Amino acid sequence: MRQMVREQAIALGFSLVDQTKLVTAASELGRNILNYGGGGEVQVARLAEGSRIGLKLVFVDQGPGIPDIELALKDGYTTGGGMGLGLGGAKRLSSEFHIESKVGAGTRVTITRWK
Amino acid sequence: MERIPILKMGQFLLVTIQVDMHDKLAMTLQEDLTNRISATRAKGVLLDISALDVVDSFIGRMIANISSMARVLDAQTVVVGMQPAVAITLVELGLPLEGVHTALNVEKGMDWLRRRMDDDTGDFRGASL
Repeated sequence: MRQMVREQAIALGFSLVDQTKLVTAASELGRNILNYGGGGEVQVARLAEGSRIGLKLVFVDQGPGIPDIELALKDGYTTGGGMGLGLGGAKRLSSEFHIESKVGAGTRVTITRWK
Repeated sequence: MERIPILKMGQFLLVTIQVDMHDKLAMTLQEDLTNRISATRAKGVLLDISALDVVDSFIGRMIANISSMARVLDAQTVVVGMQPAVAITLVELGLPLEGVHTALNVEKGMDWLRRRMDDDTGDFRGASL
């Protein structure tokens, strides 16, 4: 998955730092899906809005969902023994960040990084 | 099982991570390294991450853990060769690796470890006088 994101970012001409941020964010969110969401899928889309080029990644799982998103975004908050940097960190590494979650139904995290 | 090799050189252990780190491999490395420190009584660990183009919070935590575990086992750790893009990303991610000693390359890392050993010997001599 990380390799795929890296290849897409390179294909769009992202700088090395931007590639690294995007792949790292993807790694955090991918791990969340595996550790908390019981597996899921990742969608990748290239965006072009006028002269802006970007990469959008959507992480979807049908896991237990997140009851308190505000809390889950806080650094240091974890239910899984990690560092609690995954969601907040992924948000900081992205240009745009959107999360929807429904308890019992699953979570969908969308990040976009503009070039 | 896939493993990251740990080389012994004098009082030091050298670890060069040259593969894409996944979680299981990171956990295995922590165990192997602490066992080797204990078995060889190594005084220093040099962890070369120059080949890693991504360090996420999990791998970052592994690096911090290795450094702490080694310290508890009376060994110093130096992390060398972090790529600039990785450094930028780690700090933005919220993981500045405070308390982990770093050096730009293997040579500088080895220098630092050797100096630490010299300092320690000096302290010991001072104390025994």
